[in-house]
Amino acid sequence: MSLYASRFNSDGLARRPGLLRLIHLDLPLLLGIAVLAVVSMVALYSAGGQDGDLLVRQGIRLAIAFGFLLVAAQIPPEVLRRHAPWLFLVGLGLLLAVMVLGEIGKGARRWLDLGFVRFQPSELMKLLLPMMVAWLVTQRPLPPNLWRIGLGLILIVVPTALVARQPDLGTALLLFCSGLFVLFLAGMRWWMITSLLAAAAAAAPVAWTFFLHDYQRQRILTMFNPESDRLGAGYHIIQSKIAVGSGGLYGKGWLNGTQSQLEFLPERSTDFIFAVLAEEFGFAGMLALLVLYLLIVARGLYIAMNAQTTFGCLLAGSLTLTFFIYVLVNVGMVIGLLPVVGLPLPLVSYGGTSMVTMMAAFGILMSIHTHRKLLEPH
Amino acid sequence: MSGQSHYQVQPARLALIWLLLALAAGLLLWRVVDLHIFNQAFLQGQGDARHLRVVPIPAHRGMLTDRHGEPLAVSAPVDSVWANPRDITDLDSVPWARLGALLELSGEQLRGTVAERAGREFVYLRRHVNPDVAAQVQALNIPGIALQREYRRFYPHGSVAAHLVGFTDIDQQGQEGMERMLEQRLRGVAGARRVERDRHGRIIGLVEAIREPRSGENVALSIDRRIQYLAYRELKLAVQRHQARSGSAVVLDVQTGEVLAMVNQPAYNPNNRGRLSGEQLRNRAVTDIFEPGSTIKPFTAAAALETGRYRPDSVLETAPGVMRVGSNTVRDIRNFGTIDVAQMVSRSSNIGAARLALDMPIDELWSTLHRVGFGQDTLSGFPGESGGTLESRVRWSDMERATLAFGYGLNVTTLQLAQAYRVLAGDGQLRPISFLRVDEPEAQEAFAQPVLSAQTVEQVRQMLEQGISGTGASGRRAAIPGYRVGGKTGTARLATRGGYHEDRYRALFVGMAPMSEPRLVMAVVIEDPTGGEFFGGAVAAPVFQAVISGALRLMNIAPDDIERLPQQPWTQAEWRP
Repeated sequence: MSLYASRFNSDGLARRPGLLRLIHLDLPLLLGIAVLAVVSMVALYSAGGQDGDLLVRQGIRLAIAFGFLLVAAQIPPEVLRRHAPWLFLVGLGLLLAVMVLGEIGKGARRWLDLGFVRFQPSELMKLLLPMMVAWLVTQRPLPPNLWRIGLGLILIVVPTALVARQPDLGTALLLFCSGLFVLFLAGMRWWMITSLLAAAAAAAPVAWTFFLHDYQRQRILTMFNPESDRLGAGYHIIQSKIAVGSGGLYGKGWLNGTQSQLEFLPERSTDFIFAVLAEEFGFAGMLALLVLYLLIVARGLYIAMNAQTTFGCLLAGSLTLTFFIYVLVNVGMVIGLLPVVGLPLPLVSYGGTSMVTMMAAFGILMSIHTHRKLLEPH
Repeated sequence: MSGQSHYQVQPARLALIWLLLALAAGLLLWRVVDLHIFNQAFLQGQGDARHLRVVPIPAHRGMLTDRHGEPLAVSAPVDSVWANPRDITDLDSVPWARLGALLELSGEQLRGTVAERAGREFVYLRRHVNPDVAAQVQALNIPGIALQREYRRFYPHGSVAAHLVGFTDIDQQGQEGMERMLEQRLRGVAGARRVERDRHGRIIGLVEAIREPRSGENVALSIDRRIQYLAYRELKLAVQRHQARSGSAVVLDVQTGEVLAMVNQPAYNPNNRGRLSGEQLRNRAVTDIFEPGSTIKPFTAAAALETGRYRPDSVLETAPGVMRVGSNTVRDIRNFGTIDVAQMVSRSSNIGAARLALDMPIDELWSTLHRVGFGQDTLSGFPGESGGTLESRVRWSDMERATLAFGYGLNVTTLQLAQAYRVLAGDGQLRPISFLRVDEPEAQEAFAQPVLSAQTVEQVRQMLEQGISGTGASGRRAAIPGYRVGGKTGTARLATRGGYHEDRYRALFVGMAPMSEPRLVMAVVIEDPTGGEFFGGAVAAPVFQAVISGALRLMNIAPDDIERLPQQPWTQAEWRP
């Protein structure tokens, strides 16, 4: 059995424990990331006005983010689990520090300057929150009881609220989801889930009235009727819908999208890069990209299902599903299904912070998968 | 806990996750399909509507040149700054102050202009800016503010030919002068094209040319830039030196009727028409009418000769220098005593002219004046041209007949004077005047009208030559060494309400050269010289002398009076034709 296990990895493919396994990398995920990186370069070259410097900068960011992936992949999940509470407390502290000391940019207080590095603690929280909740529920046998679920919800709501206050609705949404995913995967009772959903539905009007900023309300209203403010809040959606829709089946061709090349499309390189791809590569290109994302998600879920520890399973599942939420929210926004929230298209949009987090998450996924102990013969 | 048995998520949950994933992906795909396939035509149209525009292509306005192709009016591409108020959603986001500084307008003013036309799609902010300003505006990269390519008219010779050439308005529509007269030929036809524009309204690329613009014609005027310049300089000098109110001069080519030069004072710079008065703008040579005074006398003599009852040496008694006509008095400047018809012209005797007029039927004199072109348009087509006045009366008083003979009671333009003298300079026929270069002089022969007999013309020319070189000639200062010159001075009193000024005059000179076969005619009129001198021979004749002596040389016209050339020891090296 031991011989068998060492000769065959968990994918069932006959292979020696290769270099990748040795440095704790997962080939299918790695391939998916590499293809996304290529897509990113292609899209950015077009969206950025064929600016080579932009590509170089994005390349450097990818490299740095990959460095984080490498590091994260080396950390055994057990180490993460053991330190999760402390890490979470540090993350919470940093979020509080942002509230007080954070730098304001574009009307929001998201950044923290530690002197040697500037970063968004909310990004860090995307990793720490699922870790913390997974730690919490794995302290006792699953499924978690009501008390533990309640504790978990508090752990979820506090950082979510802090991030929502910055305000950063997109990230808050992701945080909230990542925590809930853990609870869900841990076997939260169905009646709890339904009552939670009901409570959320009931709370929605309250949140609408008391917690949302005017501009956030505006964005949601605009989503339903972009024509009501064609040059203001509706501008992004109208232009991006036109970009996506005018692409047709096979697109207008690379570098030939009129909406993107002629600068009608706002935020082409960042949040709306999907529209550039849609316009230039059409429906076929979209389908290919979505399938690629689904493959990555599938691999992530596979890793979760095959995780050796409950903690690993919950963490991997949550990280993977959160990744999918990213895609869902961004694409939904670009094609006018969801309100405009500033979430990038994962690993394709230009920008560094979220890319680092995402790569680190993939690193954790790979770590969960590659740090499995070989099954000892009974 | 870690190391516990392999944890499995409940299959139901897993199934739900997969179901939701599939649902979400399906929703996205459905939406994309919806946008791509069902709304594609609409959205494609919307996309095109955003970046495709039909824009007119301004036609290049034809160039005006002088007879040798030297440009007098050219169109150069320039940029105009405009705004699309609809694209400026936030007035506060526009750096009005910086834009204003560039356009030399106040930022508040610009903002107001745009705010006022909030619903519109086009408003000019500043037209015809310098290329570097245009580049800086472009660099500001303000959404909703863009440049438009237009043409601007430039007049390389400035005020020198301003009155003749005229000018266009900012939209390149001819307003004055030749620019107006030749509008149809110069204008061309604007084209149209479909272009791609980016969000800032900048034109990115041409999609298709719907209609090519047709450039306007280049038109060669009749004037010779060099002679024009000479005339401009000399007239300006004379007007300044004699502190005159205004002046005008016309040089005609005798053979073709082409206007070689036409100048006026005061003038203006057509490239900078900031504050202009009508005084400066008028092309006086064709629009202003005046009493020509003694310059009419050659035609009085010609009319007398044409009756067959007079010869150039027919005697006229002018003593004692004063003549009573009815209740009025006609005076000469001094007592000329007994003179002949030729001397009447060369010495300019009013009494002699009056005697001739009273001695012949008034119709003879009137029709001679009418047939040489007075009282009617020259048909040159110049915008705003005046035909002057030559009244045809049923009953003429003696004084009216007498004064008509020496140039009062009719009004003429400088161009008409030159045209009339061209009849004398040529073969006695009236031919059309042209402001355009005449490439086929023969074609004009169809319009020739016989006015005077060849013999009369020859005899009057001798009188005119005497007026320059004869003893006691009034036009001595028009003499040009090496050339035989003929001409007639005039000093007319300025009319005022109910009479004539005692001490304000109009100085005139009309002449031609070379007399062996006249090629050039020039009329010079200087209004109200107040610098002391006021006689036509002193004020106007030197202008003729300076311009025509230069023009003769420029046109390579051989001297016809070699004997009287100043005896100068030319050396081979110095001699340049």
